[in-house]
Amino acid sequence: MALTVSAQRIPYLKALVHLVALYPLINLYYAAINDQLGGDPVEAVIHFTGIGALNCLLISLLISPLAKTFKLGFLIHFRRMIGLYAFVYALCHILNFLFFEVQFDLVLFIEEIFKRPYITVGMTAFLFLIALAVTSTAKMRRKMRKNWQKLHNASYLIALLVAIHFYWSVKSDVTEPLIYFALYAGLMAFRHKTLRRWGNQLLRR
Amino acid sequence: MLIKTTTHSSCKEHQVTDEKVYFERRDMLKKMGFFGAGALLSGTASASVFDIFSDDQPVATFKQNNLTYSPAGDYNGTLTPEEKVISHNNFYEFGAQKHQPAEMSQGFNVNPWQLKISGEVENPLTLDYDDLYSSFDLEERIYRLRCVEAWSMVIPWIGFSLADLVKKAKPTSKAKYLAFETLHDPVQMPGQRNRRLGGGIDYPYIEGLRIDEAMNPLALMSVGLYGKTLPPQNGAPIRLVVPWKYGFKSIKSVVGIKFVEKKPPTTWNILAANEYGFYANVNPAVDHPRWSQASERRITTGGIFDQNRIATRPFNGYGEEVASLYTGMNLRKYY
Repeated sequence: MALTVSAQRIPYLKALVHLVALYPLINLYYAAINDQLGGDPVEAVIHFTGIGALNCLLISLLISPLAKTFKLGFLIHFRRMIGLYAFVYALCHILNFLFFEVQFDLVLFIEEIFKRPYITVGMTAFLFLIALAVTSTAKMRRKMRKNWQKLHNASYLIALLVAIHFYWSVKSDVTEPLIYFALYAGLMAFRHKTLRRWGNQLLRR
Repeated sequence: MLIKTTTHSSCKEHQVTDEKVYFERRDMLKKMGFFGAGALLSGTASASVFDIFSDDQPVATFKQNNLTYSPAGDYNGTLTPEEKVISHNNFYEFGAQKHQPAEMSQGFNVNPWQLKISGEVENPLTLDYDDLYSSFDLEERIYRLRCVEAWSMVIPWIGFSLADLVKKAKPTSKAKYLAFETLHDPVQMPGQRNRRLGGGIDYPYIEGLRIDEAMNPLALMSVGLYGKTLPPQNGAPIRLVVPWKYGFKSIKSVVGIKFVEKKPPTTWNILAANEYGFYANVNPAVDHPRWSQASERRITTGGIFDQNRIATRPFNGYGEEVASLYTGMNLRKYY
């Protein structure tokens, strides 16, 4: 199944992706502000944006296997924006925590980051995400040359950290996080050759 | 026994709810129908990979009856609105997400019901459904409820003192603890049928109190809230309310209270002993391993901008009444 999409269509498709990514977020905050998110709107916005970020991360990791397997080269055009939406959702997730959960208690905010391992892990992932977002422009890519790819391979690590963060944050039933681990493992399986090569390089050092 | 809550732990006037809001709320609820847009939206917002498989099933509304009770008297504080009290619940027997119990429990049949009091007592007894409302004088009590997850509510419960029940059962000298048990009925409780839905905990849900804790006048057996019998999601037809402990101690839909000599096992302690202790007294100084317990979000009316974070008080502000129960105990060790 090879599908080619003409270059003229790409901007329209991109607009569509923007809509699909932004609509849930707008809808969420509209409901949250108008007290339509159930008993605890704060918990609802935090969970929704967190899961949203993880979903975007996994979709961005799905793109190159899809493009290669089904010869859907045009999909690569969407990888950066989906990655950036992972950043947007993650940013909302953290701002929700800061604004609505700890309510600008900066001491508590920083304490929680260092004291709670699952938050430490999540925040580490976010720091990597910032680095990727900042260097996502074409200009940065040219400037960084080989190092750009090295840095952006961190997306594998980020998705793993976020899945761990989710697993660790759950109170009792871990089915849902385990499904995410399985999805992650599936995505990594596509890259087993690359991963093995890195493993060998590490061992040789 | 009527408790006049005049101690400084009682809810204060500075949190006044506008009377207009209070009455409009009832009106609004009627107009919206019990499961209005809020309940549906909350379903879509709590993100879950499973949501795409779930249907919004039509729900029959559980019938709550009016109760006769002595009211709490002049109370001017802010209560958590009724629609939040009955739509934001941790009751894993009806689903582990907060909005699920209200949606999945409406067909719950509570009549007939039997609450068996047994064990180390001279007078074992069984309370049938009607007995729950007629054996003791019912009174209204407005308590703060502090969840271990660091959110809280203020709820007008209706019920009777657990102490009255204990006295009626006449514990023997061997009775040191009370072991509580929730109904085990997988046919009616989907969370008990399905491990994922039920949050992966073992059923029946069990809880316990030391007998002196049970005798404390604050410990309440609740049969109602906001003037009516309890809805299923809040633990119909009868539940425990121990306001100085984290919410998970206040076991719902109780079918058994057994007086025992040894400290009974308790559900959350079995699941994660390092996170949930037997005592579970509200304590801002002892954090949950994964979050701070120093403050809490009070659930009131309004959206995300109205959820105020307030300091958590030792024993949830009921220290004057209950701190003496724990004199000499290291509350860090016995969390």
